[in-house]
Amino acid sequence: MKNLFFLLSLIFVVSCDKKVNNSSIEPHLELVSFEIQVKMVEIPGGYYRPFFDIDSIKEVYVSRFFMDERLVTNQEYLNFLIANPQWVKSNILSLYADDNYLKNWKSDFEIPEGVSLQAPVTNVSWYAAKAFAQSLGKRLPTVDEWEYVGVADKSSPNAADNPEFTNYILASYKTGERYKIPVKAGQSNYYGIYDMYGSVWEWTSDFNSVMMTGESRNSNIKNENLFCAGASLTATDLKNYAAFIRFAMRGSVKANYCINNLGFRCVKDITI
Amino acid sequence: MKKLLSNAVLLMFALGLHSCKDSSTSSLTKVDSESIKTVGSVEVLKLVPPPLVPPPVGDRPAKKIQVMLETVEEVGELANGVQYDFWTFNGTVPGSFIRARVGDEIELTLKNNENSVFPHNIDLHAVNGPGGGAEATFVAPGQSATFTFKALNPGLYVYHCAVAPVGMHIANGMYGLILIEPEGGLPPVDKEFYIMQGDFYTKGKFGEKGFQEFDMEKAIAEHPDYVVFNGNTGALVGDNELNVNVGETVRLFVGNGGPNLSSSFHVIGEIFDKVYVEGGSVINENVQTTMIPAGGAVIVEFKANVPGDLVIVDHAIFRAFNKGALGKIKVSGKDNPTVYSVKK
Repeated sequence: MKNLFFLLSLIFVVSCDKKVNNSSIEPHLELVSFEIQVKMVEIPGGYYRPFFDIDSIKEVYVSRFFMDERLVTNQEYLNFLIANPQWVKSNILSLYADDNYLKNWKSDFEIPEGVSLQAPVTNVSWYAAKAFAQSLGKRLPTVDEWEYVGVADKSSPNAADNPEFTNYILASYKTGERYKIPVKAGQSNYYGIYDMYGSVWEWTSDFNSVMMTGESRNSNIKNENLFCAGASLTATDLKNYAAFIRFAMRGSVKANYCINNLGFRCVKDITI
Repeated sequence: MKKLLSNAVLLMFALGLHSCKDSSTSSLTKVDSESIKTVGSVEVLKLVPPPLVPPPVGDRPAKKIQVMLETVEEVGELANGVQYDFWTFNGTVPGSFIRARVGDEIELTLKNNENSVFPHNIDLHAVNGPGGGAEATFVAPGQSATFTFKALNPGLYVYHCAVAPVGMHIANGMYGLILIEPEGGLPPVDKEFYIMQGDFYTKGKFGEKGFQEFDMEKAIAEHPDYVVFNGNTGALVGDNELNVNVGETVRLFVGNGGPNLSSSFHVIGEIFDKVYVEGGSVINENVQTTMIPAGGAVIVEFKANVPGDLVIVDHAIFRAFNKGALGKIKVSGKDNPTVYSVKK
């Protein structure tokens, strides 16, 4: 009897074990690469002054990296979906994207009406953007990397102290269907990077490291740097309203949100 | 002896009753609004665009109210031929007038239109709670959030967006008023209107045609190009002027969204019979010009005695004549020569 019991439990364990062996990686994370032609620009390493002080650190070093010269287009995202159909609208897991995923796409493989293939892809979640990047051996930029490239204007790598530049950015943060504007529509910046301003918002890999809540006025240990009253004392550039806007946007989103005016671009580490 | 005793007992009884009466009346005058119970089914508040307001609450009991607001960013007219990128509640500057009474439990849902570029939220000065609701209602484009608050204090309160940079959100038009009527409601009047003053900062000068961008430098320096009522130099003039009749009592709910300027609010040709100072419970009488701080409000009342045009202004007078802080009330009806007459 004891032997029978032992035998039964052995079979049970073995079959459990078999189940573990048979289970595959979550299908959405099994990614297939595809053909893509986007120029990547080498961004040299350097220091920049982050918008708010973290423990009184005035400057942050960003290591050199490759950055897509422009946003990811509808055409490219379509190619990604063809290679990875588990990411189409009808197959997506709600864990990875909310109800607005590719909301305006006419079908799984048809981009929205009235929008060009060369316009930036939007209504994609952080998870989807990340998957796209991973399938190509790339990744999303960090907030630091994006902001570091973002302080460059047309002629200099760091235009943070130029009020004209802040005004230019503010002016570009206009109302409208920004997802209709094709990529590379504006001028490139000092590095040769397009679409930083005047187009859609962009996902970053660590957008939620910026702990900004909507309540911009009270003092809160984590967030005091970013609140209106607190911000007036600690934001490194009080007049940098444009940065306030970007950080507010980052603080308002969650990883599964899919938004009309939010797209992304990829970066790649430089391995010597 | 017995009669004396019974008289003494009666006297003591009467005294006792009297003191009981005193304490009960004193406790009645100080109602703890937190303990007001709501009755009946939930009412969805029907909102109307400015300068209109929802109907008075009258003497209804406190109830549960549902309010839905949507933040919408859209280009509109600031002045004739001048376009501006307005950020709004419900597509108007100011946003829809919210009306409730003390003790109401208000469930507010804030939705951010999916085509918005920016996140928004709402801070209502009538709310007792963190950020006036701002923390709970931080919404990215396409998202919505809900919170509930109990109206504890009667009065006329401002609401506005409080997402960083707060000054810019307010400067672009994200403000409105919420009225919490006292128990029994405000005394009835014939006409009620909703007006909100705001200062606007544009790259171009006053009157410069075309699309005008928000100018941050001017906003920080507090040098507006436009000071207007209800988001447009023409919002209360011409076809949009307010209409009342001779003999009618008029109540104006006036707010000041700012972002920077205070208002010296005056109606040319009238005197305010009643002014609910700063939108609170103290009532001043016989006032010509009243102060409305930025982020504040006032309720003024007057009776239209004679026909003609009454002109609403900010009496910091260059704002009225050179920046657009001007509106009109047309009073129609029979002449009233005892009050006003011109020798021909």
